[in-house]
Amino acid sequence: MNHQEPLLQIDDLHVGFKAGRKKILPAVEGVNLVIYPGQTVAIVGESGSGKSTTAHAVIDLLPGTGRVTGGRILFEGTDIVAADRRKILALRGSSIGLVPQDPMSNLNPLWRVGFQIKEALIANGVAHGKEADRRVVELLEEAGLPDAERRAHQYPHEFSGGMRQRALIAMGLAARPKLLIADEPTSALDVTVQKQILDHLDGLTATLGVAVMLITHDLGLAAERADHLVVMYRGRVVESGPALQILQDPQHPYTQRLVSKAPSIASQRLSSIKARAQVKEQAVEQAAEAAAEVAGSADQLGEGSGQILAVENLTKVFTLRGARPWQKSHFTAVDQVSFGVQRGTTTAIVGESGSGKSTVARMILGLLPITEGRVIFDGVDIQQMVGNDQRLKFRRQLQPVFQNPYASLDPLYSIYRSIEEPLRTHGVGTSKERETKVRDLLDKVSLPSTVMSRYPAELSGGQRQRVAIARALALDPEVVICDEAVSALDVLVQAQILELLNDLQAELGLSYLFITHDLAVVRQIADNVLVMQDGRVVEQASVSEVFDNPQQEYTRKLLDAIPGGSIPLAGV
Amino acid sequence: MPDISSSTPLPGQERFVASVSDTPLREVDAVDTSAPPESQWKEAWKHLRSNPLFWVASLVMVVLAVMIAVPSLFTSADPQYANLSDSLGPARDGHPFGFNKQGYDVWARTVYGARASVTVGLLATLIVALLGIITGAVAGFFGGWLDTIVSRFSDIVFSIPLLLACISVISAVNNLWPDRGYWGSIMVVVLALGAFAWPQITRQMRGAILEVKNLEFVDAATAIGASRFTNLRRHIVPNALAPVIVTSTISLGVFIVSEASLSFLGLGLPSTVVSWGNDISQAQVLVRSGDNLDVLFVPATALAVTVLGFILLGEAVREAIDPKARKS
Repeated sequence: MNHQEPLLQIDDLHVGFKAGRKKILPAVEGVNLVIYPGQTVAIVGESGSGKSTTAHAVIDLLPGTGRVTGGRILFEGTDIVAADRRKILALRGSSIGLVPQDPMSNLNPLWRVGFQIKEALIANGVAHGKEADRRVVELLEEAGLPDAERRAHQYPHEFSGGMRQRALIAMGLAARPKLLIADEPTSALDVTVQKQILDHLDGLTATLGVAVMLITHDLGLAAERADHLVVMYRGRVVESGPALQILQDPQHPYTQRLVSKAPSIASQRLSSIKARAQVKEQAVEQAAEAAAEVAGSADQLGEGSGQILAVENLTKVFTLRGARPWQKSHFTAVDQVSFGVQRGTTTAIVGESGSGKSTVARMILGLLPITEGRVIFDGVDIQQMVGNDQRLKFRRQLQPVFQNPYASLDPLYSIYRSIEEPLRTHGVGTSKERETKVRDLLDKVSLPSTVMSRYPAELSGGQRQRVAIARALALDPEVVICDEAVSALDVLVQAQILELLNDLQAELGLSYLFITHDLAVVRQIADNVLVMQDGRVVEQASVSEVFDNPQQEYTRKLLDAIPGGSIPLAGV
Repeated sequence: MPDISSSTPLPGQERFVASVSDTPLREVDAVDTSAPPESQWKEAWKHLRSNPLFWVASLVMVVLAVMIAVPSLFTSADPQYANLSDSLGPARDGHPFGFNKQGYDVWARTVYGARASVTVGLLATLIVALLGIITGAVAGFFGGWLDTIVSRFSDIVFSIPLLLACISVISAVNNLWPDRGYWGSIMVVVLALGAFAWPQITRQMRGAILEVKNLEFVDAATAIGASRFTNLRRHIVPNALAPVIVTSTISLGVFIVSEASLSFLGLGLPSTVVSWGNDISQAQVLVRSGDNLDVLFVPATALAVTVLGFILLGEAVREAIDPKARKS
């Protein structure tokens, strides 16, 4: 092999954020990293590990009070940290490109997409005037946008998330940089779109010979895309080396944890399937006991049947405003969906955004009126329920856990009040009894009872999601609907919440309806799967059937999109 | 997979494993129990406390409050006692700023005038905030035709200049009810301001409600069986209040100025009521003659400092409640 000079070399980098007058909070401590021309290097870590901070230090875009407090960043041999502003400005864009994380907020909504890419060309002195316009169209085509000439004249709001990310890739590569920093470029996108975009980015950077620094929280994705991996944890590099070696033989306990827990990798393991089967067995047993109780009790809604939830020909049609006030159009978001959930089991609904999966959940929860069809909860049609009394009983037995842990808890309510609220609303127990119950619930979701006096803003996303689960369990429901309940979380936290949900199911005999866009988590939690596309159910089967023998092209596409699926693992 | 991975790694990319003692493994997603618990309001208070502007404003508030409660602490003169022989007399012992044209003590009138001015400001703000919060919450939450009616009506009221509206209303009341005493006069000014200034709060509240009502915690409350009204009262309105509180604090200063303007025009409070507006109005003729200008400057300065105090307070509260407004 010919001996090349490194393109980027980071030596013992320290970055800190100023907090107060003298205090500096370290965010990155002693990071070493080398990238050679044309190579893809991935930095893997959870949120707060310093991976994005490291990347931003390279282009001198540290947010707020962030400063490089030590070490060197050598780009083609020159130290960027010591260089003056003009030199860094010259490097940005022309030598180092950036594809930012959030495609929704990184394009200026007031300017046409083409103009914003043209800006990048002009700023770096690549092209001017007519020449630049022509180049913009070429770049967009290259980024995989069909009909690029028309698209260049559109505004960002006319683009989907995937298209915006393609536009940002075009922008990042506009001046043909030698290094492209891709900061979680696809985290906000559907898995299938993620795969398309990463495939395209791979091809493009290979043809152009651009080196890529890929920042991601998903080890599976990193290993699939990069030659060299750098695993970061709490501001330090804990392990680095060739991707395959790290994945097959992780040495540091943190990496081992990642390899054993990350859903994208864990979903391949036989052990996770066995574990799920055990959970199901226990849950069904518990649920049968609960059902017998329901059947004999006048307090509870339902008849204690084996099928706790049945959905028949459920349809939702939205009426959309047309161009003029008197013009209306109809949009069928959910089309004739039917399925059933057996007591003590989990049914997952999988689909991309816009497939209607969340609309199904909202109709079952009674948050959206049903256009057509029936939802039968334990033998009782929820639309036929009469009186507040019966409706409250139904609410008690069916509880949701929502997607966004930052929005599903009232920020003004303490954790104690949040969990107590359902008990209070239903007039359960005295205040003493309610406090005991809240303590008990916090214990169930493994949170210390000291969090009771805290507020949602003080907890992490995963902790809030655990609070949301405790709250959902407060009224001893039989069915919990999890609407993308783990999608917004870091992989390890995801694994932890999935484990918690499994434990609770086995202990309490709960039945879950689990809505997700990510097939990778399905294998660890679900028994049956519904694959939805454009409002319709395209495939419906048990989990093992769907994974081992998918019938539909669309299902296969979703399975292929699970990152890291193609990597041979040791000890499967 | 690229071919590089199978061959020997390039220099600088050899396998590296950090020692575990450098970065010991923590429990996944452990709860940080070291910091004391804090609510949004406690956090805001902490921020407020460290803002010097807040303390300047608070000092003004405290002095004003004492002035209103026990005016005799600041002056021993009687604001209603006039001696024509003192007309436009200079400062002397016990009368630090001299006398006005009628022979009233300037400082005493300024101290006693605080009561009328601040009362008008506080009461008008209270009425405007209540009207605005209720109408805005109803319009934003229920939407549909109710929203259309409230919004269009508030637009109509909004389009009438505040002072012009108050001038017409108070002139009309003057004909119907000429002798209305101290509190009667204050109430008329307060109600006139309240009746025309609410649309601003309505708009703001409506916008905030629209934003909050679609958040997931509202759905979560619905799913546990909370009624629509409970939801509005317990979750939606409290979360939409912050911007309204800020605007209200700032508009308090505006109402005090409005009262002064109305009194200056001879329409606000009658001359029997000791108020800054009246004093400034009577003193303006002196500007040209150049006699004892303190007669004008003292009440004008009191007014300016008070309004500035309230506006600074509003600004400080805004910075504390709304993190986006903070200068980093």
